[in-house]
Amino acid sequence: MLQRTVPIAILGLSGVILMLAYFSPLTTSWGETVLEWFNILAAVAFVLGAGNLLAVNLEKISSRRPGWAYAAITLLSFFLMLGFGLLKVGAVPNPQHPGVHLAGNYETADSPFGWIYEYVFSPLTATMFAMLAFYVASAAFRAFRAKNTESILLLGTAFVILLAQTAAGMFLTGWIPEDSAFAFLRLDWMKVAITEHIQTAGMRAITIGIALGVVATSLRLILGIDKSYLSKG
Amino acid sequence: MDRPRTHRLRLRRAVAAVFAAATPLCLAAAAWADEAATASADAAANAAATSAADPATAVAWINTARLPLLVALVIICGSVVAGIALARSGRPLRIRRLAALDAVDEAIGRATEMGRSVLFVPGIQDMTDIQTVAGVTVLGRVARTAAEYDARLEVPTSRSIVMAAARETVQAAHFTAGRPETYNESNIYYITDEQFGYVAAVTGKMVREKPAACFYMGAFYAESLLFAENGNSIGAIQIAGTAEPSQLPFFVAACDYTLIGEEFFAASAYLSGERDQLGSVKGQDLGKLWIAAAILLGCALATAAVFVPSLAGAAASFKAILGG
Repeated sequence: MLQRTVPIAILGLSGVILMLAYFSPLTTSWGETVLEWFNILAAVAFVLGAGNLLAVNLEKISSRRPGWAYAAITLLSFFLMLGFGLLKVGAVPNPQHPGVHLAGNYETADSPFGWIYEYVFSPLTATMFAMLAFYVASAAFRAFRAKNTESILLLGTAFVILLAQTAAGMFLTGWIPEDSAFAFLRLDWMKVAITEHIQTAGMRAITIGIALGVVATSLRLILGIDKSYLSKG
Repeated sequence: MDRPRTHRLRLRRAVAAVFAAATPLCLAAAAWADEAATASADAAANAAATSAADPATAVAWINTARLPLLVALVIICGSVVAGIALARSGRPLRIRRLAALDAVDEAIGRATEMGRSVLFVPGIQDMTDIQTVAGVTVLGRVARTAAEYDARLEVPTSRSIVMAAARETVQAAHFTAGRPETYNESNIYYITDEQFGYVAAVTGKMVREKPAACFYMGAFYAESLLFAENGNSIGAIQIAGTAEPSQLPFFVAACDYTLIGEEFFAASAYLSGERDQLGSVKGQDLGKLWIAAAILLGCALATAAVFVPSLAGAAASFKAILGG
């Protein structure tokens, strides 16, 4: 009973305080305090996360489950970066305190921590992000198959936007005078009409729905109507 | 007079009364907002000058610049509360079926038959993001069905607080399903806060273990398509839900079912089947009615202002109150 009542009370109180803090300058500091509570919780939870990372990966290695080598690499990287960061291995000396090792800067590429971040982690991250281009192409290939009316509309719209975004758009329809009665046939005109009117209208409708959904969900949580995130105690 | 007809009449009267009360309120607030904006600009200048001289200057009770938003919030919250009250009064509630949620059982059943796992990704944001909260509530239902079918559910998280909340939710779901002994907390684990590190770990797992059903419910950014395309390549049934407008097209293109924006927030109410929660969804619809009315009124005022110049002030004030 208490395991459900106390969290709901804390949630309701925090929600009301944050709302008040937004509208009343007198209570701004209360809102800041509530956010500080969250930061404290997040700091504690970070330890929980690191502990869980260790437990899950150690268990995977000890039981030789499929993919245990990945777990070993994860743990090795974890301890390597933790050691470099905590001990400030190879840190660049601080000009103000050259004799104090721990005052040095370990985030530049001249230290092992910064070097690994800059030349190992960042390229790996960029590689993952770059793969998105290929996934966009494969998703577009499937989505733009003209199998029904909606797909044909989608395909036509995408075709117009793609052409208008490239030099081909101006090459094909740029000769139509902008002030003539046929200006609407220019691809750049069509692109503006689609993105600024049709797309914006649709996007705003979705955004309004989202805003209402956020209000209703927040209210359900603050009033304790939605308790699905709590355990049975 | 029969009972449903009485309910309909009561509802019509209630809506008419709310409209009648709110319209002059909105117009008054619009006019007031204009004055307040001017006054608050002067007041801010004065306050800056005064506070420089006297640090103990009294702080305002309310931020006048945000008052129109407060009025809108009160109206929308009032609509939601009215919806809940109507639901409690016993009024019959009818909610449109959401295909994405009806497919949850089918997806988990398929995973069980194939002897493969179910993957649930609750987004990459923390519990401070309402989308993550909505995602975790949907997780409750997915976990209950998985527990009933004895399917293995995996929940990799990118935030440790989300991991803790997801464990609570999944444990509760196993209790509700009457199978607390099948709950395994090591299936809900933390990977990393780093966006693409998390993507690499989850997509790698997808490719190696080939889950039969993948759920993406929460806040997603560039990783949405990376997840969805990987899931598609392994032939999994994919159900997504997010309120990030920029990511919706990717999910729609690559997933079997997508909960779009407000549907995602209505999902937990829809899945719970509780009258109070369903009532809040009805209240949400009432709020939508309000916004539609405001848009129509704004269009009418703006159009009328073109022909009757004396209405230009009213149109401008109305636009100001709506944040235009």
